[in-house]
Amino acid sequence: MFEVVIGLEVHAQLNTKTKIFCSCPTSFGDAPNTNVCTVCLGLPGALPVLNIETVKKSIAFGTAIGATVHKKSIFNRKNYFYPDLPKGYQISQFEIPIVEGGEVIIDFEDGTQKTIGVTRAHLEEDAGKNNHHGSVSHVDLNRAGTPLLEIVSEPDMRSADEAIRYLKKLHSIVRYLDISDANMQEGSFRCDVNISIRPKGEDKLYTRAEIKNLNSFKFIQKAIEYEVQRQCEAWEDGRYDEEVVQETRLFDVDKGVTKSMRGKEDSAEYRYFPDPDLLPVVIPDEMMEECIKIPELPDEKKNRFVNEYGIKEYDATVITGLVEMAHFFENMIKEGADAKMSVTWLTVELLGRFSGGMSAVTSPVNAQKLGTLVKRIKDGTISGKAAKEVLDFLMENDVSVDATIEKLGLKQVSDDGAILEMIDAIIAANTDKVEQYKSGKDKLFGFFVGQTMKASKGTANPGKVNELLKQRLG
Amino acid sequence: MITLKEALALNKEEIVKLRSDLKTKIEEKKEIGAYIEQLQNKPIAEFGEGIPIAIKDNIQVNGWNVTSGSNILQGYVAPYNATVIDNMLSHGLAPFGRANMDEFAMGSSTESSFYGKTLNPHNTSCVPGGSSGGSAAAVAAGIAVAALGSDTGGSIRQPAAFCGCVGMKPTYGKVSRYGLASYSSSLDQIGPITQNVEDAAILYDIIAGHEVKDSTSANIAHEKVSDKLDSQRKLTIAVIENYVEETDEEIKNTTKAAIKALEDAGHKIVYKNLTNSKYDIATYYVIAAAEASANFSRYDGVRYGNRAESTNLKEMYNKTRSEGFGEEVKRRILLGTFVLSSGYYDAYYIKAQKARHFIKSQFEEILNEADLIFAPVTPTTAFEFGSKSDPLEMYLQDIYTISVNLAGLPAISLPIGFDSKNMPIGAQFIGHAYGEQALFDGALSLEKILKK
Repeated sequence: MFEVVIGLEVHAQLNTKTKIFCSCPTSFGDAPNTNVCTVCLGLPGALPVLNIETVKKSIAFGTAIGATVHKKSIFNRKNYFYPDLPKGYQISQFEIPIVEGGEVIIDFEDGTQKTIGVTRAHLEEDAGKNNHHGSVSHVDLNRAGTPLLEIVSEPDMRSADEAIRYLKKLHSIVRYLDISDANMQEGSFRCDVNISIRPKGEDKLYTRAEIKNLNSFKFIQKAIEYEVQRQCEAWEDGRYDEEVVQETRLFDVDKGVTKSMRGKEDSAEYRYFPDPDLLPVVIPDEMMEECIKIPELPDEKKNRFVNEYGIKEYDATVITGLVEMAHFFENMIKEGADAKMSVTWLTVELLGRFSGGMSAVTSPVNAQKLGTLVKRIKDGTISGKAAKEVLDFLMENDVSVDATIEKLGLKQVSDDGAILEMIDAIIAANTDKVEQYKSGKDKLFGFFVGQTMKASKGTANPGKVNELLKQRLG
Repeated sequence: MITLKEALALNKEEIVKLRSDLKTKIEEKKEIGAYIEQLQNKPIAEFGEGIPIAIKDNIQVNGWNVTSGSNILQGYVAPYNATVIDNMLSHGLAPFGRANMDEFAMGSSTESSFYGKTLNPHNTSCVPGGSSGGSAAAVAAGIAVAALGSDTGGSIRQPAAFCGCVGMKPTYGKVSRYGLASYSSSLDQIGPITQNVEDAAILYDIIAGHEVKDSTSANIAHEKVSDKLDSQRKLTIAVIENYVEETDEEIKNTTKAAIKALEDAGHKIVYKNLTNSKYDIATYYVIAAAEASANFSRYDGVRYGNRAESTNLKEMYNKTRSEGFGEEVKRRILLGTFVLSSGYYDAYYIKAQKARHFIKSQFEEILNEADLIFAPVTPTTAFEFGSKSDPLEMYLQDIYTISVNLAGLPAISLPIGFDSKNMPIGAQFIGHAYGEQALFDGALSLEKILKK
């Protein structure tokens, strides 16, 4: 039996306005080679100047995972040739990264947890992109020089499931800190996976394969599963030494397999040395003090939701999984909505109505509106059933909750007189049923409730109807 | 030739005339080949209308071909000005002509330029020195008011000494490197090459100062030196005795005469020794080559410059760089790549860094007791073309200059006489870090004494 050993390298693009060593914008999707300058083009004589915001965001990350933030770290040159790398070296950190150590806690459905170690996180610049068109290749350097925080985990994960949970947790942390947009499709949260296997019970680390080009949780899962299977089969077939070598493999999305991409780096010899164009990064005390004040993290928020609002642990986990969702929930509460009702109306009703990539941020119904809606249920203005109609309407129309209730005529009737009038009319029209009820056929009470609700077109407050019917029918 | 100080007093029309006269002179003295334009039969490159200053071909001037004297940058047009150029422009100076240089500032004779040889105006069968040979030859030949050069291991001071002019290397970090095509980032500094000490101080003041675009720029306000020059100031000067004794007979005697003159003028002379300069050479060539090997990776034919015809990526890199770089540049890239390779990094690069610290501490020790250090610039006067075919022999040209770059100190080379063949002999003062005022004061003092 084998044990799977997985370590992850995550490249989180820091969401600074400008690049890490020049003042070009970091915007995504612009025309090729428009966000470039002397520095990120690597022109003769151009020199890098560190964008201090990247340091601040790194401090926040280090603080969030309980790591050591080095007061002094060093930028190195990592030398290799590739057309998307303008200077022929990448400015990265090697012997002294800005963040070292730390841990990320992952949760399982059964309430258990596991701690995944973080080896280091270092700052570096991204490369550009090579676009291949038949026999020609074009280089787009817009992305060259965008700041990355490379977060390297310990080989602590034992399954694809654990790896995904770690990634999701990390994703959630950087989003909570607002240090990265962490958009996998746009490539601002990328992941390389190192995988090896070993016979259960052994401590030794066997040969690892590194898988690149993974831009969704689904693909990461599939790639890991395939790679584990490939390595296990090789072992069982006695071909482990030939087939499992230390190399970089690419995940083929269409075929669902990993393929060797030997050729790019025969044997990596990056000739790291300290970049003489940059001084060591020394964090002033004031900056350190300012930057270790970080916002509430997912786990803290979850615990607070459970304790403060009395909502279920599972619900709290769901809501705090995405920072946008947590903020949505908190804004509903701020609007005066009941916490437990808000959970349902957010996670079941609103999310259930989402279509076409809607999110808490792009939702047509914002937290203020949904909060108001929940409030209107609680104060008896509308019934829960009517509220669903209101929400349906609000998904399509940008109007206020109260105007919608008015427009759809869904306001609950709680006025005794009006309800009694309807009840009396129903009793008068159904004297036979009244007789039967009075002679012991209790089940008919439901009939009267139904008739009254029908007469009110559903707007009568059901509690009131019950109460008044009992009075009248004796 | 009119001095820079004099030129700064000219009115607009006089400057127009100066520029036009200078063009004629440059045309007349084409055989010197100090300017790349002279070697290429092209009109002199210009930018702006100020007092003309010759610019070494590794300093970026917007719209100019700036090629570091290399084939690999043929066709490249710089799209921006180096900071020193902007500083010059705002002081009424203007870049005027591309001064020839050793390819990528690697050399001591300007023989490795892609464009051909620059001749020493004092004897055209001799080299002008290098790598800023074009800058020094232009000033010495009277075809430049002043020039900018760059000094990584002596590339300003040595050609100034060979050509009989003044060349100054500022403290590392005093002058912005933004816009200077990097050779060795931790050693490079831009500096003036001029007809006299005062002009050097004036040009230094114009180009110096803190700048945010260069992270290694010293974050201290620049204190002007040229308006406070004091040749009467009495200084303690440490002579590096073992260096003086090592030089050839004529340089030794002339240097000793200069020391005597300094002493007679009231300066206090003390005698010190520095460790065998062969360690400086080893340290320098490891560090400079390592940094250069990475600095030159950008010359890959992908974005600009010369790209060789090829059918695939690997071939493109191989051919572009094989055809684009000259022998000396390739030698140093290979050396630098080697010393940074895993398994050798500690033995060479780390060791060189330690040696660098040691060299620096030796200077500090001497400067604890002295205002200035006085030493020869070169072991010999200008040599004949082709006479140094062994690269190691060429490297020895730098033995008295490179340690100054390793220590990051300011230094100035000035003429102190001539040898029997009438070739100029130079000597250098070395100052405290950021001690440029004393450096210029001492140099001015010696210049005045020798003129008498």
